[in-house]
Amino acid sequence: MSDGGQRTTADAGAAMSPSRQRWINVGFQLGAVALAFLVTSIILLVAGAPPLEAYKQIFLGAFGSVDNLTDVLVAWVPLLLATAGVLVTFAAGLWNIGVEGQIVLGAVLTTWVLRLLEGTALSPALIIIIALAAGIVGGALWAAMAGVLKTFGGVNEIFGGLGLNYVATALTLWLIFGPWKRPGIGSMSGTEPFPDELALPTVGGSRLSLWSLGLGILAVILVYVALERTYFGLRLKAVGKNSRAAFLLGVPTWQYGLLAFLLCGGLAGLAGAVQVTAVYHRLIPAISSGYGYLGLMIAMLILYRAIWVAPVALFFAAINIGSIQLPIVLKLDSTLSGVLQGALVLFVILVEGARQRYVRRARLRSTTSGAGPGDRPPELPTPNPEAEG
Amino acid sequence: MEVSLVDIHKHFGPVRANDGITFSVPGGTVQGILGENGAGKSTLMKILSGFQPADGGRILLDGRQVNMDSPADAIRHGVGMLHQDPLDFPAMRVVDNLLIGAPGGLIPRRSEAASAIAEQAQAFGLSVDPRAEVGSLTVGERQQLELLRLLWLGAQVLILDEPTTGISAAQREQLFAALHRLAEQGKTVIFVSHKLEEVQELCTRVAVLRQGRLVGEAMPPFSVSGLVSMMFDREVTPGPRVTFAPGNTLMELSSLSAEHGRIRLEGLDLQVREGETIGLAGMEGSGQSLLLKVCAGLVPATHGRLHFSQEDVTGKPYRQLKKRGLAYVPAARLEEGLISGLSLSEHFLLTQQKPGLFVDRRKGHAIAEERISQFNIRGTSASPVESLSGGNQQRALLALVNPKARVLLLEHPTRGLDIESVIYLWGKLKERCGDGGAIIFTSSDLDELLRYSDRILVFFSGRVSKPLDAASATVDQLGELIGGSGV
Repeated sequence: MSDGGQRTTADAGAAMSPSRQRWINVGFQLGAVALAFLVTSIILLVAGAPPLEAYKQIFLGAFGSVDNLTDVLVAWVPLLLATAGVLVTFAAGLWNIGVEGQIVLGAVLTTWVLRLLEGTALSPALIIIIALAAGIVGGALWAAMAGVLKTFGGVNEIFGGLGLNYVATALTLWLIFGPWKRPGIGSMSGTEPFPDELALPTVGGSRLSLWSLGLGILAVILVYVALERTYFGLRLKAVGKNSRAAFLLGVPTWQYGLLAFLLCGGLAGLAGAVQVTAVYHRLIPAISSGYGYLGLMIAMLILYRAIWVAPVALFFAAINIGSIQLPIVLKLDSTLSGVLQGALVLFVILVEGARQRYVRRARLRSTTSGAGPGDRPPELPTPNPEAEG
Repeated sequence: MEVSLVDIHKHFGPVRANDGITFSVPGGTVQGILGENGAGKSTLMKILSGFQPADGGRILLDGRQVNMDSPADAIRHGVGMLHQDPLDFPAMRVVDNLLIGAPGGLIPRRSEAASAIAEQAQAFGLSVDPRAEVGSLTVGERQQLELLRLLWLGAQVLILDEPTTGISAAQREQLFAALHRLAEQGKTVIFVSHKLEEVQELCTRVAVLRQGRLVGEAMPPFSVSGLVSMMFDREVTPGPRVTFAPGNTLMELSSLSAEHGRIRLEGLDLQVREGETIGLAGMEGSGQSLLLKVCAGLVPATHGRLHFSQEDVTGKPYRQLKKRGLAYVPAARLEEGLISGLSLSEHFLLTQQKPGLFVDRRKGHAIAEERISQFNIRGTSASPVESLSGGNQQRALLALVNPKARVLLLEHPTRGLDIESVIYLWGKLKERCGDGGAIIFTSSDLDELLRYSDRILVFFSGRVSKPLDAASATVDQLGELIGGSGV
């Protein structure tokens, strides 16, 4: 497949030259970004803050110093993992909202293994590897629960996942203030930190681990290859686009759905494991930091094309980190980053819908033979509540 | 009220659902509209009831041309439609359902509506409790409610789309009596169905649609075979019959029973032998599709055994039967057969046996090119399936069938194809029979059934005729059986 990922299935129609079509697409997408910034600027003006100054501060906060830049990369890793994961479930037509809880469970299981093996004769490297693997298993199992609920219980994965997210949060809090509380009294700052040798090695004095960075990039590449180049990916897409037809063509549909959940959960769990072993060195209440939800937003923003995960996730990480200094400099709340990110997603999806209509109209105008829609970019996966059991 | 339809046209892409339909219904009649699925009945009724705009043509009520842009518009002009599935609000009470469609101010007048409905129900011998929750009513009762609602809103023309599916015999009696009474009052009743005996019983005139055109009108007494031959295509196709000497038994059904939705098959015995083609005839929804699905392992048999090349496969799921050499091709192309958004070559890649890990796009392209030329598909290997025309989608569906499959179960394999393509595709299909395969197919084209089957089973609401020898059967004979006489 070429650059467009899924888009190659929909060849450029005869009506419009590919280059012209590409320019139209770029134009629409730039328009979406401009609209998102426009709306955010209006909100800033209403709040009485100078928009340009705010954007400048975000930029400086993200790229102004080496420390800031490494922080961006630290935030990039869980975003890469979570987004790569949800691309798998989106390909299967599933809305894995539960990715957030899957990150948490990954972190919980990693913490558990570290606590268990801490002080044993095993080498620290081995303990870390086992802990990361445990994180993957934890996330996958939590995802499997949503998958089983959907496949065999007919519970829509959105509701199942959302419910499990709350359970995961409650579980973390119980562990932090109960069985795993610090000597003396439990606190919101989390469990007792692990000794340094049980942390992934980091660069200099920062929290950036090249190991976790490598894992994140590897995950994106693997997911890209799996979705675009393997039979597994083709079947998954078939299930996502029409599970009844896929079943009749011989694809084991519910098994593939469950597999998608397991893979996504595994990647999300790894994200949680990385947060514990490389960033926080302990379990904290907000261990997932909303990276799961952000991953879903990124997947929607890039219209489910794996090739765009890395740059857009970096952009989101930069907005997140960059906005940290807004409260200090401009007395603005750092949640402004969420406003900007949300506006981006909304406008990109909105403009994509407009673009599809525009292209279809243009084609209808230029062809009278009624050849039908030739180039239809990937449609938003629609959740299908009926499990085919 | 007299309803006149003048030159109604409606196209869906290349499909002409209504292709210049003109006819009128005088007040005080019960007009039957007959036609097979896809003949254009529902489209025409949706246009008349304001659900869909026509692409061309006029609607006249008592000689006055009217524009109906929505169902609300239509009911203001006195035209109301009773849909096949009740369009009501199950979680609400009967009286609230009534008020939703009614023009009115801020505060609904519940008691007034409740007494009006009770009064009307009594007048028509119907029994609807205004305070009941709609969700607790049976389909028949909900239909009565809908009927009363339309009358309460002042409907002069009532359109009923397949109203007798899923209601009890007693409710049917009530409904028919009420419809007769309405016609006596001078109202116009339009009754859409493909059940001939009901049309015979109820209607005072009948119009028959086929492929978007009005092909005939009839007055009582109706002749069943005459109506059937109008409903089904009778064009004669050239070419000799192809038959093969039947070999060993490939598939055997012994006193097989199954149930799906409202259709029940009971105690079916059938032996399908190598080289044989078996045609399944009958009105849509009489059990033919159910039989195919049971044979494919998509619907479990409730009783009896199913054997596939000497092996007992009763209760085995579809995927296992598929691996053993069975192929099922559904009628709904884009809903069940093909995957919108994937290209032709991706479809062929999907059906590869033991494909390995990585997708070999060049191989997919090669297979696609080969099948495209074999099956005469107008499209390229990179064409998304939804961009193909209906006929080409049908060809693609058949091209996707595993070349090694020994029993082909085909639902309407040539629906929507022109005669040349039908002959060509049957040539391809018959090659399978020559290689020792067997075909079981459904069709609503009597000539296709007679020409390409060796034996024909006729279905009538779940009952199945004895196998007919297709070489000696006639269109009239089939027509009688399909209409329900003698099965």
